[in-house]
Amino acid sequence: MSSQPNRKEMLSIINEISFTVVDTQLYLDTHPCDNEAIAYFEQFSSMRNQALKEFAECYGPLTIDTAVYACNERWSWVNDPWPWQEGGC
Amino acid sequence: MWNYEKRLQYPVKISQPNAALAKIIITQFGGPDGELAASMRYLAQRYTMPYKEVTALLTDIGTEELAHMEMICAIVHQLTRGLSAEELEKAGFADYYVDHTAALWPAAASGAAWTAAYIQSKGDPITDLHEDLAAEQKARTTYDNILRLVKDPEVCDPIRFLRQREIVHYQRFGESLRIIQDNLDANNFYAFNPAFDK
Repeated sequence: MSSQPNRKEMLSIINEISFTVVDTQLYLDTHPCDNEAIAYFEQFSSMRNQALKEFAECYGPLTIDTAVYACNERWSWVNDPWPWQEGGC
Repeated sequence: MWNYEKRLQYPVKISQPNAALAKIIITQFGGPDGELAASMRYLAQRYTMPYKEVTALLTDIGTEELAHMEMICAIVHQLTRGLSAEELEKAGFADYYVDHTAALWPAAASGAAWTAAYIQSKGDPITDLHEDLAAEQKARTTYDNILRLVKDPEVCDPIRFLRQREIVHYQRFGESLRIIQDNLDANNFYAFNPAFDK
């Protein structure tokens, strides 16, 4: 990749992918045998995990499971903005 | 068990404070058809739900409602952020301000405190699903009412997202009711309570 997308763009991609994952999850709860939907879920779920890992590396973790990818000496969870704050959304 | 994700389900970025709007929108935090009530309702009902698809759905929608509560709180917070006591008073926010300053506290637009009396957890799958279907429609009407009063596009946008989710949840709960009835005697759905009778 020539240039890393900025924080806002990257967060927006994570929001869109995550929405697809959540909406498909609800659909699968009432249609657990829909193989096409399971494949769709798997595709977007792995995209989401990758995007969360890349975000943590660049801008700090959004989830506790990606906190290890943020190469900071300080515990960045307390420093990065919360989503209702300026710069967090 | 829950994990926190440090993002909103849908972004909330409001540049223009408006405490009069906050006073209305807070009802979807702590009002009778708000997101806190929705989450508590579904997360309470799931323990006695005997059908695995529906137990999963109550858990997952109950979880999504927490994310919606967070969005509503972010909207109210951004609409009241940085305002003086005089500005809050002018916007009709003095009654709330005197007890809670600019903090988030679950109340209806009328000022009434959030109460568990807003929800039901009946322990009968058919009854609980009807409660849930009604709850989604009541929340959808509340969002429609809010949208008639809101002109700021930065506020309308996340409210429209939340309204849309009520319709999706209603659809999924409708499918759940069908799953429940498919497991029961079609000649008499009420012959016994599958969550209680052996």
